[in-house]
Amino acid sequence: MSRYIPDTEEDRARMLDAIGLSSTEELFSDIPEELRFKGSLELPESMAELELASHMKTLAGRNANAEAYPCFLGAGAYDHFIPSIVGHIISKPEFYTAYTPYQPEISQGMLQAIFEYQTMICRLTGMDVSNASMYDGATALVEAALMAVRSTGRSRVLAATGIHPEYRDTLRSYSRFNGIKITEVEAVSETVDKGRLESILSESPDDIAAIIIQSPNFYGYIEDMKSVAELAAKYGALSIACVDPISLALLKPPGECGVDIVTGEGQSLGNPLSFGGPYLGFLAAKKELVRKMPGRIVGQTTDHEGRRGFTLTLQAREQHIRREKAVSNICSNEALNALAAAAYLSVMGKEGLKEAANLCLQKSHYACDRLLETGKFVKISDAPFFKEFTVKSLNEPVSAINERLLKHGIIGGLELGRFDAGRFDAGSLDSGRSDHGRFDLGGADLGGSDPRRFDTGRFDAGKLNPGGRDPGKKDCWLVAVTEKRTKQEIDRFVAIAAGGDR
Amino acid sequence: MKTYQGTRFTKEHEWARLEGGEVYIGISDYAQHAMGDIVFVELPKAGKKIKAGEQVSVVESVKTASDVYSPVSGTVVRINDVLNDSPELLNAEPYENWIAVIAADDPAETDKLMNDQQYADFCAKEG
Amino acid sequence: MNENKIIFELSRTGRKAYSLPACDVPVKPAETMVPGEYIRADATELPEVSEVDIARHFTHLAHRNHGVDSGFYPLGSCTMKYNPKIDEDIANLDGFRSVHPYQQEDTVQGCLQVLYEMDRMLSAITGMERFCLQPAAGAHGELTGMMIIKAYHESRGDTGRRKIIIPDSAHGTNPASAALAGFETVEVKSDARGGVDLEALASAVGPDTAGLMLTNPNTLGLFDENIARIAEIVHGAGGLLYYDGANANAILGKCRPGDMGFDVVHLNLHKTFATPHGGGGPGSGPVGVRNELVPFLPRPTVELKDNKYLLDYDHPLSIGRVKSFYGNFGVILKAYAYIRTMGPDGLREVSETAVLNANYLFGRLKQYFTVPYDRICKHEFVLSGEAQAEKGVRTLDIAKRLLDFGYHPPTVYFPMIVHEAIMIEPTETESRETLDSFADTLISIAREAEEEPDKVRNAPYTTVVSRLDEVKAARNPVLKWGD
Repeated sequence: MSRYIPDTEEDRARMLDAIGLSSTEELFSDIPEELRFKGSLELPESMAELELASHMKTLAGRNANAEAYPCFLGAGAYDHFIPSIVGHIISKPEFYTAYTPYQPEISQGMLQAIFEYQTMICRLTGMDVSNASMYDGATALVEAALMAVRSTGRSRVLAATGIHPEYRDTLRSYSRFNGIKITEVEAVSETVDKGRLESILSESPDDIAAIIIQSPNFYGYIEDMKSVAELAAKYGALSIACVDPISLALLKPPGECGVDIVTGEGQSLGNPLSFGGPYLGFLAAKKELVRKMPGRIVGQTTDHEGRRGFTLTLQAREQHIRREKAVSNICSNEALNALAAAAYLSVMGKEGLKEAANLCLQKSHYACDRLLETGKFVKISDAPFFKEFTVKSLNEPVSAINERLLKHGIIGGLELGRFDAGRFDAGSLDSGRSDHGRFDLGGADLGGSDPRRFDTGRFDAGKLNPGGRDPGKKDCWLVAVTEKRTKQEIDRFVAIAAGGDR
Repeated sequence: MKTYQGTRFTKEHEWARLEGGEVYIGISDYAQHAMGDIVFVELPKAGKKIKAGEQVSVVESVKTASDVYSPVSGTVVRINDVLNDSPELLNAEPYENWIAVIAADDPAETDKLMNDQQYADFCAKEG
Repeated sequence: MNENKIIFELSRTGRKAYSLPACDVPVKPAETMVPGEYIRADATELPEVSEVDIARHFTHLAHRNHGVDSGFYPLGSCTMKYNPKIDEDIANLDGFRSVHPYQQEDTVQGCLQVLYEMDRMLSAITGMERFCLQPAAGAHGELTGMMIIKAYHESRGDTGRRKIIIPDSAHGTNPASAALAGFETVEVKSDARGGVDLEALASAVGPDTAGLMLTNPNTLGLFDENIARIAEIVHGAGGLLYYDGANANAILGKCRPGDMGFDVVHLNLHKTFATPHGGGGPGSGPVGVRNELVPFLPRPTVELKDNKYLLDYDHPLSIGRVKSFYGNFGVILKAYAYIRTMGPDGLREVSETAVLNANYLFGRLKQYFTVPYDRICKHEFVLSGEAQAEKGVRTLDIAKRLLDFGYHPPTVYFPMIVHEAIMIEPTETESRETLDSFADTLISIAREAEEEPDKVRNAPYTTVVSRLDEVKAARNPVLKWGD
């Protein structure tokens, strides 16, 4: 009997007896005989805790990780400092083993934490209202676009090509099926072409529901949010900005720039990289849009005795009431990640977040300057950046630089030439499908965590997010430098990138 | 049950009242009672053209959201924006508090709706 | 600590909980790097508190919250089973938690192996061909499945299929997800046994039918015995069958959606495979499909070639992405560890025990409440508080009274087709003693409802707050501190 199932054989017998049955099989007599699964599921046999721990450590050892390797990768997931206490807070079982706070009397802890999270997001973004969080930055951006379509009654959305390619891909998937038209607007010198925006808007002034930008954008550059917001407002469209939450400690909040809906990836706020998830998307808006907002929202109220309390509110927007007319199908949030964000922002506080943001700014600029000084890289834009920037390698492919860095125990930046910058380009990959035969317990035979044992040589260009590669981004390298990177790490990174072997 | 002299009703529990060539619309006492405490009224925009039977507004309570359908075809000329801050007025005095005023394409369209007696019978059957 | 404060109310200027290293690169004024008009004028008004303040604040909040580790949580349709601790430890290994999603494939072979094997294992459990692990929640999986169904019909030039049929007992997310994928929804009623009404279904299907969304066992906790006939009707009309896996905890190793005729399946790893619900998320809602639908799955897929795992984006018919990166990896990892812990026999035992526990508890409570469908249930069952409601004690009151005894109440007022519904899912991780004392409590509350109805109506008495004014919260929303 499994250690997670407390019933003993005697319990079973007594329970069956109580309901007048003689075997558990009778409990499944309502499943037609021919549909009943006979035999054993084709799964590996069960493991004891020790065996499991050892197996999982082996798997973990087949990954390089940012604790062991200084990480200069960003592109939507960042290696920021996570104060120790954040992990302790989200490990409290009363939080992580709870479900959605449907019963507010015994869920005040999570409800209040989310209320505090909503307050912090509003203060960071300069907006009036925030929801309780969404799946991630990509889906939050899509939900913002849907929200704009709902509130304006218009069906076309302008999306800057500076938006993360995976966010744009997600937006395309959603819009393909529900009739929203997406027009992508190219960049000039790596920031959105405002002239082009204006000309599209003036050609079809009653058609555009929203303009969406990301700032800093995918390539690291800060967009002119205020001008974009003004442009949208001039044509009765909404402005949507997808932002980096840490940057907001330093940069002007979107609310002050007149932006209508703010979204973003909240991973940087106390959540580990975790190979891409779970993260959280934040979504905040102007007050007048609150009833069009998707997702859970926590509100403050009072109990019968007049005590302050918190509850899920504005639920008439949601699927369990409106069903097919709901503002979104979402019925959860990333509560534990939002709790981590609230804990993180409490620890960093007013001064700490500013200090972390300033360290990102200083160190990324230092790294950029040092790379340029080597003469082996050039800038692709003079636009300002915050913690991430793009350079072009003059002498050798970025893949070769990354491989050299990895051999020296450093995770390099993103090779943009290989990265999806738009539409899918069929046939760019020569891999055949896997052979799905019997379950292969052994898996691939690979090395451990010694960097030299990672087989970088066999990495074929084109495997990473291929398709519609922006030819202009060939040999371009997207480098992120957070507050965690030391001067020593940066200097070493630059020296190795430039061909040195330190 | 409260009804209201001269007011016409739909099967979806909206009321309509013709005054000076314009049609005032709202929700019936039966409707507000069934919904419970109303917390929000989504008002249409003035100038909106609408056909009879089309959704013109949404009324929300804590656990329900009900579409309000226009009893007549025409153009929304005024909305009762007092309801923005005081949606509870629809609970307190449903026949005093209209949601919108519609310049009806054919004011006689209201004649086709139920009168108060017919509506009272209709509600009695609905239970 | 009696007074319950918001973290902002604890803030004192100059207090701090953080420490960062001094800047070790030459410092330049921010204005030399970013134009002044882009720079924030005032610091963000975040709390200024000490680390002790934070530790106590969140510990205090945790005490005001009920989780599975606090006590029995029979919330119907949510499968609030125990969350193994070792799985938390595993997700916290540096080799998983600190891995960047864009690292080169050679440096993430362990992560890719987990994703690859998870695809194989979930396929084996459900009888599907392949799984995509990207969707972050059940509703997200539903949406993904709906997109796949639409893309499939479109790829065949079959563009007139715009309707999805959904039983009246379904979760609200079903119609909402179908609508978000651009479908119209058609509701079919349930028959007297709680299953899909076959006649209603037969007359609902047609050349415009894209598919049927079904939960089986359904939200009444009942297995639809006519599933083969249902599949025949829908397939006969050219539609596809979507399996909402919300109730998969009843069928592991007992029957498979693939064998029942389903074409698309989603599972909730946070329900069936014991990953914690996190206070409302993160979850994970992988989607599996039959062979013909594999080309439409979101990209990338994880493949094994020449003894090496790789990400494959080459799927020209793919619906595209539904999320960034590869799904909620940390959640998938915990579910992977759970399945490896249980093995095929353990998983079958999970469902057998979950169903036994539900039937035992059902048997203990039957005579005290109205029973809308009196037949063998699966992992959960639905009672009605109709008799109590007639005496003025509503199901909500009974739920609130349970709070005084340290239980999380069952799901109430769902499914909507049962008046005063009380939906109870005990799961397999509860002992007979727990079930018995819960039954005793619920029976005593039913008695109280007869003898002292006001006592039930005014409950709870022991919680940190009493019933909250939800009308006030919705009429004048206060959604942040200081509003």
